[in-house]
Amino acid sequence: MKRKVLATLVSAACMFGAGSAFAQQGKLSDDVLKIGVLTDMSGVYADYGGPGAVAAAKMAVEDFGGKMFGKPIEVLSADHQNKPDIAKNVTLQWFDRDKVDMTVENLNSGVALAVTALGKEKNKITIVNGAASARLTNEDCAPATSIHYLMDTIALGNVVGKAIVKDGGDSWFFLTADYAFGHSLEKDTGEVVKAAGGKVLGAVRHPLSTGDFSSFLLQAQTSGAKIIGLANAGNDTVNSIKSAVEFGITKKQNLAALLMLITDVDAVGLKTAQGLYLTEGWYWDMNPETRAWAKRFEERMKKKPNSNQASVYSATMHYLNAVKAAGTDDTAAVMKKMHETPVNDMFAKGGKVREDGRMVHDMYLFQVKSPAESKAPWDYYKLKGTVKGEDAFQSLAASRCPQFKK
Amino acid sequence: MTEIFGVPIQALMGQLMIGLVNGAFYAMLSLGLAVIFGMLNVVNFAHGALYMVGAFFSWMLLQYAGINYWWSLLLVPVGVGIIGIIIEKTMLRWLYQLDHLYGLLLTFGLALIIEGIFREVYGSSGLPYDLPDVFRGVFDLGFMFLPKYRAWVVVASLITCVATWYLIEKTRLGAYLRAGTENPQLVQAFGINVPLMMTLTYACGVALAGLAGVLAAPVYQVSPLMGSNLIIVVFAVVVIGGMGSILGSIITGLALGLIEGLTKVFYPEASNTVVFIIMVIVLLIRPAGLFGREK
Repeated sequence: MKRKVLATLVSAACMFGAGSAFAQQGKLSDDVLKIGVLTDMSGVYADYGGPGAVAAAKMAVEDFGGKMFGKPIEVLSADHQNKPDIAKNVTLQWFDRDKVDMTVENLNSGVALAVTALGKEKNKITIVNGAASARLTNEDCAPATSIHYLMDTIALGNVVGKAIVKDGGDSWFFLTADYAFGHSLEKDTGEVVKAAGGKVLGAVRHPLSTGDFSSFLLQAQTSGAKIIGLANAGNDTVNSIKSAVEFGITKKQNLAALLMLITDVDAVGLKTAQGLYLTEGWYWDMNPETRAWAKRFEERMKKKPNSNQASVYSATMHYLNAVKAAGTDDTAAVMKKMHETPVNDMFAKGGKVREDGRMVHDMYLFQVKSPAESKAPWDYYKLKGTVKGEDAFQSLAASRCPQFKK
Repeated sequence: MTEIFGVPIQALMGQLMIGLVNGAFYAMLSLGLAVIFGMLNVVNFAHGALYMVGAFFSWMLLQYAGINYWWSLLLVPVGVGIIGIIIEKTMLRWLYQLDHLYGLLLTFGLALIIEGIFREVYGSSGLPYDLPDVFRGVFDLGFMFLPKYRAWVVVASLITCVATWYLIEKTRLGAYLRAGTENPQLVQAFGINVPLMMTLTYACGVALAGLAGVLAAPVYQVSPLMGSNLIIVVFAVVVIGGMGSILGSIITGLALGLIEGLTKVFYPEASNTVVFIIMVIVLLIRPAGLFGREK
């Protein structure tokens, strides 16, 4: 009898929206839900993820209500300095000592590979946002514990690569950042180019955070390729573009920035970046929902969010909803819910976390506006095409993930 | 087309030219370091940060005050020099008598603080500084297109280097400076204000870094990290050239720019490391550096 009364009270409370009474139903393993945001807080990718990504995760927790089953939700953050060994140490401490339940962001592919491997070993959820290497859902996949949320090198190459080859840009030369991410991007885009009937004439690999790109660009120029594919990111992309314009390379050859976010466009300036094609999974000025969220973000961070930061919000929210629906923070149960439930928020519509850990959602092809076309600060993109998730990302049948290999 | 090890000779010439441009930057930065170390015995780790401050100052002048590039060339070194005077007067001067390590730690700490402040305010992506209109366009050298601005960088830095070398090695003021380093008490006894001279030396040394920052602003992204990316290489240049040797740092700067340029053609993956490999070899064979004197 008593129980029945309680149940009635609980459901009544739910109807009135008092989350705390309802919350008593679920259970957390150690009376607090901890989310770790691991990112580059001070290096080349600090504007790409960094404090903005931490803010996005905190916004998700606040929007959720700040409590799970009546217990607090905490957001921790750490600077991995783009070093996989530091990332590994921090994550290990988080999992073992601080009882962190899930880590999100994990930008830099080297870092992401280390962290997902650790999550697999420790049976903890790792959501990768900012890193792009497609190895995360292929050779180095960890489908039971890891989700690759924003984009990957296959999707980036697929969208931009196909569009450019179709446009007549059928010979390519790559300028590649010499680490896991750059290699993946070069390889995956190269395959798309070849499949579409184009040729890859060569590549030059530069160390991460190179100061001067003119030498590498001259090599690209000598190759005579129609398209110079920039398989790098952040400041490296920005400096490559600046040097290419300065050396007059863009008069005869075209640049394709394979991973460039709006924060990079802002850093180069429209005068230099105008006309560039790029792929993103999200843009702040797409619909009222994205604009509203971007406005709230801007109030905190004094600048517009990029797709990576938006995806950290979405991923954190998706995780919190899954814990709530599962009634526990147990890894397997939460992962099951995250796979079952589609992602429908300001970041993605009908997004699906696939069995291999790939979050499949629509990708967009943008062209950078000229200074004359841009009406307001951060009004940078013209939408050139929307590519359906299943066309942009690798199909499950093509997966090289051992569990799904056919 | 003639080829050397499979690389067309024209492409090679282009790469050497670019190596020279980068070498000019190295020369100018390492020159400032060499002056400061040679005269003050301070290993100035804040040099990269002050180079970054120089670039930011010229960006701010343009952005907030509409002051153009040419005025920046004049005003920014003065501004950075004033910062140098403040650092020297308030902190550095107490460390001259101590081990090198103290100066190194102090300036390293300063560099971290300065970079941290700029990163906090301006973010890490950096800011664009538009090329002055005079420098738009390229020279056709036959084997390559050389942007006009890069040519100007080489000329400007060579002039600066030669002027500094002349000032220190060939003028009376330079002689006082060198004497002041050897034996401050004696020089002071001749009625020369040695502490003032030290302050001005430090100011001039960092002003050179500021000037390099102005020159770099239009070509590289003006970003808080631009100095720390460069400073380690520049230190290697100074070590190879011989700590404190003015001529050594100029020649080594240019030569290493060229060698780095060649590495970018033949084995690009090693282009960030080649300078240090050379440093190790030089230290093994000539511990005082190529142009340094053993004490």
